[in-house]
Amino acid sequence: MTVRSTWPWLVGMLVVACTSFFLKRSDIYLLSLCSVYLMATYGLNLTVGYAGQMSLGQAAFLGIGAYIGAILMTKAGWPFWCVLPVAAIVCFVVGLVIGFPALRVQHHYLAFATLGFNVLVFLALRNEEWLTGGTFGIANIPRPTLFGYPLDTEFRFFWLTFASLGVLMTLLWLLLRSPWGRAFAALRDNPIRAESLGVNITAYTLFAFAIGAAAAGIGGVYYASLVQFVEPGPFHFSTSLMMLLAVIVGGAGRFFGPLLGTVVIILLPELLRASTVPALQFMQKWYLVAFGVAVVLLMVWLPGGLLSLGDRWRRGRVGQ
Amino acid sequence: MSASFLEVNDVRKAYGAIRAVDGVSFAVGPGDIVGVIGPNGSGKTTLFNSILGQIEPTSGHVAFCGEDVTGMSPLELSRRGVGRTFQTLQVFGQLSVRDNLIVAAQEFQGSLGARLFARPDAGLGQAADQMIELFRLQHVAGLPAGRLSYGQQKLIDIAMAFMPRPRLVLLDEPCAGVNPSLVDQLRELLVTLNREQGGSFVVIEHNMDFIMRLCPHVICMVEGKVLARGAPADVQSNRQVLAAYLGN
Amino acid sequence: MSEFVQLIVSGIATGSIYALAALGFTLLWQAAGVINFAQGEFVMLPAFGMLICVSFGMPLWLAFLVTCAVAMLVLGWGFKVAIVDPLIRHGVIPLVIATLGLSIAAKSTVRAGYSALAFPFASPFPEGQFALAGVTLSYADVGTLVLAGGIVVALQAFLNRTVTGRAMQAVAQNADAARVLGIDVKRMVLYVFLINAVLAVVTALLVTPTYLAKFDMGDAIGQKAFFAAIIGGFNQTRGALLGGVLIGVLENLVGFYVSPEYKEGVALVLFLFVILFKPEGLLGRSEERKV
Repeated sequence: MTVRSTWPWLVGMLVVACTSFFLKRSDIYLLSLCSVYLMATYGLNLTVGYAGQMSLGQAAFLGIGAYIGAILMTKAGWPFWCVLPVAAIVCFVVGLVIGFPALRVQHHYLAFATLGFNVLVFLALRNEEWLTGGTFGIANIPRPTLFGYPLDTEFRFFWLTFASLGVLMTLLWLLLRSPWGRAFAALRDNPIRAESLGVNITAYTLFAFAIGAAAAGIGGVYYASLVQFVEPGPFHFSTSLMMLLAVIVGGAGRFFGPLLGTVVIILLPELLRASTVPALQFMQKWYLVAFGVAVVLLMVWLPGGLLSLGDRWRRGRVGQ
Repeated sequence: MSASFLEVNDVRKAYGAIRAVDGVSFAVGPGDIVGVIGPNGSGKTTLFNSILGQIEPTSGHVAFCGEDVTGMSPLELSRRGVGRTFQTLQVFGQLSVRDNLIVAAQEFQGSLGARLFARPDAGLGQAADQMIELFRLQHVAGLPAGRLSYGQQKLIDIAMAFMPRPRLVLLDEPCAGVNPSLVDQLRELLVTLNREQGGSFVVIEHNMDFIMRLCPHVICMVEGKVLARGAPADVQSNRQVLAAYLGN
Repeated sequence: MSEFVQLIVSGIATGSIYALAALGFTLLWQAAGVINFAQGEFVMLPAFGMLICVSFGMPLWLAFLVTCAVAMLVLGWGFKVAIVDPLIRHGVIPLVIATLGLSIAAKSTVRAGYSALAFPFASPFPEGQFALAGVTLSYADVGTLVLAGGIVVALQAFLNRTVTGRAMQAVAQNADAARVLGIDVKRMVLYVFLINAVLAVVTALLVTPTYLAKFDMGDAIGQKAFFAAIIGGFNQTRGALLGGVLIGVLENLVGFYVSPEYKEGVALVLFLFVILFKPEGLLGRSEERKV
């Protein structure tokens, strides 16, 4: 990834963020929500796209983070900034544990192992009422303050979330640029060869899950504080599925893949839903149908995701 | 043989009643190049896999530098300076050629934690560039390895094995699928690497000409057993070897 | 005691339904290398198909036959030609993703085009219970057990006893060798897809009276089918049967004696244990990691 191919994305992100000066509250809220999901999908892109491990359990980590945030901020009265590292560490550790099946099985087995984990977490969130409030959830989660400055409006909280996303993306970028990033790619492309070259595939597999999970856990705390209410619904495995598709549709293992995927999967349908034009509302109703079909077509024509289109075009030109 | 640092002692590997490797012993000294020949199915690759921990031998011992390394995992062996190439192509398809070479050696630089904060090229950029130059891959150094021709990928595959400057490399059919003009280049490269890095090689190969000119010492395996060993000319003229190759 | 036996019997009945769906799953994997994440939707769609047929005034048996025919055409042949054939050369993962997309498309189509509500579905068996040796059994459980069990046994007999069935097994074990032996591999693979479609319709017929016809009913069934297949052993048709029945029975026992809330977790826990300690499944043969 070169600097030249990076800056259009960064400028684009910043432009979208700056529209928040003119948007109404509900739209700003939507941008914050996108940023939260982006934290989780960026983590997932590390696990799936860069390290090549299948995962259908990312929503569980988002949920664990959100519930840790909700419980500690309401029942224990912890400040936001103290909750953040706790959620990250807990998710990191759970991610390590979830990585263990990946050492035994691959691909579709792993997909179902992680999916199974997600279903278990969902059941626990729904059933352990004493802790999670069950289907009633936990309400009145506070928004944070920064050095005494309250970040309570949608606008202020959006900029906090957006800046945090920026930090998270930078950290991930540094990680991927370090020798670790290369080792993750080696693990993805050819684990047996990697092992014969001294790559500790056990450690890297576990870390791929753990780091991806920690990113989602951080996203979860922001989720709790953004929505100010958590219930099990958003952390169903179908969310994991959509996150996986966001990563793959955008282009797994491409740094800005999740960005594009999240726009397609979260932003577009929400915008259609919010629109008052009847034709657009009709489209919203059939959006998921079109999306599902598009995923199938994408796999047939462009298995590398939308961002591989540029490569293909470039290669086509070189070929001529 | 006291100077030998790889010692394979009566290694056997059986799959049920089939004895793929049936009591093979040999030794390799520092800087030696040993060729392993034999008809298809004579157990050469199984022998390699048994030595390298890819599979566990049924019995027998493998010692490296005086240490018993029988059944040790490929990872642990790589840490002790044992590298290998595979019969089939094994490059990291989506990484660039240069990154393929760097990743081949970076795991031997410092600790796992230190590498997280190391320079992006892990201090191996220069070594990688030298290897790229040696293998004449400059013009493709930045391209994803998976997009190159078979011959070029084969060169990358072999170059990767040498990146960590291993003390012992086991090469499984380096010439397979490589066009004849490249075979000569490959032999020269191996000779150069042997001279410069000083490591020992064990080479499985079907290309007799290649083996005869590269290896001062040759082992011929037939049906899991060592049928003949010695200087290439002697092995080549051995009547039993000829019979095994040409059929009775 | 009679309560325990009842739970076991109805557990086996439910489990045999899971086994039916799992059987299709394993057959597809063996013969064509396909992991179908839309397997649950392959059950949901026929349920609505039968529902629509019945709403046109057809008797259930006719609706079943019509749906079978349509399913063989669409979920069997159509699925193979439109999705599997163009994707299979890319490897397992793109196909998995494509079937995930298919599952979303199928669910959303039913939701947007038909209804998001749950519809009751007539059971093919009479209501009520009867007593046998002091144990009360429902007609539905026994009927399900007999029908599902009968189909599994018939399928096993077909695979093991007939020339076509053996040819299909040969294809599953080694397609190249089968081709050399003069077996029409393409046709055998097509048969597997057709069988899978029919199994899905039967599963729908048996499961919908309790699950109700709803656009997302396939989630649970698809998962159970896959878990059953892995628990039993993916490369063994008998494994699907064992896995399905094991899940059905344990779910019933856990739901009754331990906690009804965690009933759904039984399959998962069992599955996670199998993956960690015997990844090839209880009856499976281990496949060596390829170098």
